[in-house]
Amino acid sequence: MGSIEANGKNYETDEEGYLADLNTWDKDVAEVMAKLDDCELTDNHWEVINFLREYYEEYQIAPAVRVLTKAIGKKLGKDKGNSKYLYELFPYGPAKQACKYAGLPKPTGCV
Amino acid sequence: MAMLHLVNKSPYDASSLETASSIMKGDDAMLLIEDGVYAAVRNGKAAASLEGLKVSVLGPDLAARGIGEDKLIDGVTVVDYAGFVDMVEANDKVQSWL
Amino acid sequence: MSEIKKFMYVNRKAPYGTIYAWEALEVILIGAAFEQDVSLAFMDDGVYQLTKGQDTTGIGMKNFSPTYSALGDYEITKIYVDKESLEERGLSLDDLQHLVWEDEDEDWAEKDSIRLVSRTELADVLAEQDVLFNF
Repeated sequence: MGSIEANGKNYETDEEGYLADLNTWDKDVAEVMAKLDDCELTDNHWEVINFLREYYEEYQIAPAVRVLTKAIGKKLGKDKGNSKYLYELFPYGPAKQACKYAGLPKPTGCV
Repeated sequence: MAMLHLVNKSPYDASSLETASSIMKGDDAMLLIEDGVYAAVRNGKAAASLEGLKVSVLGPDLAARGIGEDKLIDGVTVVDYAGFVDMVEANDKVQSWL
Repeated sequence: MSEIKKFMYVNRKAPYGTIYAWEALEVILIGAAFEQDVSLAFMDDGVYQLTKGQDTTGIGMKNFSPTYSALGDYEITKIYVDKESLEERGLSLDDLQHLVWEDEDEDWAEKDSIRLVSRTELADVLAEQDVLFNF
């Protein structure tokens, strides 16, 4: 267990830095998590983060990277639904890193 | 001396429902909880074991499993957690068929 | 990549009374990453996993029934449901979620994933698999 601080508020995390409770998530904590990885969140990042939160809301799981890539392609167009684009945004792995910023648990099957 | 029988296993996966119903007598009551609630579905094979018995099911367990109250055997009553406590209180003894 | 094998996951347990159903679902989703030819079968109490309208707020457990709708995204498009198991339990196909997958090659046309089969048909499907997991 660990914790992360954003805007004077404390957020409980697991040992890998994922939020312990996704209901505690807000944009501030996402920004702080990204900053710790030297990543500045742009609109393109937010598009993926928001997509992941909606996906979790609907299916109760964080999608595997292959599933995420395909689904993004369907929703936001082929120029975004490919691993090159997603890895440029999230160099630590789109599913892993973006899920963390989105407050979701680590994707099922991600080691 | 009435006994409350608690059954928490699916009747299609375990023998607890059948055994419990064969043991019940007099004013005994049965409360189906957890996977036990599946026994109360009207057209299910297990419904026959409940014939003539005083049976209730725990509502939250029913809802969790997507079994609508309209699918239940006639005469089966749905109780909430407070109703569960009332039943325990109303009977002299409780037996859990694990 | 070695040749594609036919993987079958046979689900036989009700969803919330034990942890089997959720664990099986996680194994299935993880296994989907290996791009094999995956099928699922639901029989015995396993058919209860697919009932629609599950609401777990009263029992304080995670409702994972929406996750079955994501199986199509994982390219799991063959979900066999044993008709006898349903009938024995007083249920019919109408009591189950409507699960679909989208065919990318046909402009994302929605197609049914669930195939209602008799015990004999299911036996034939199981016989043609390479690897079987039973939960």
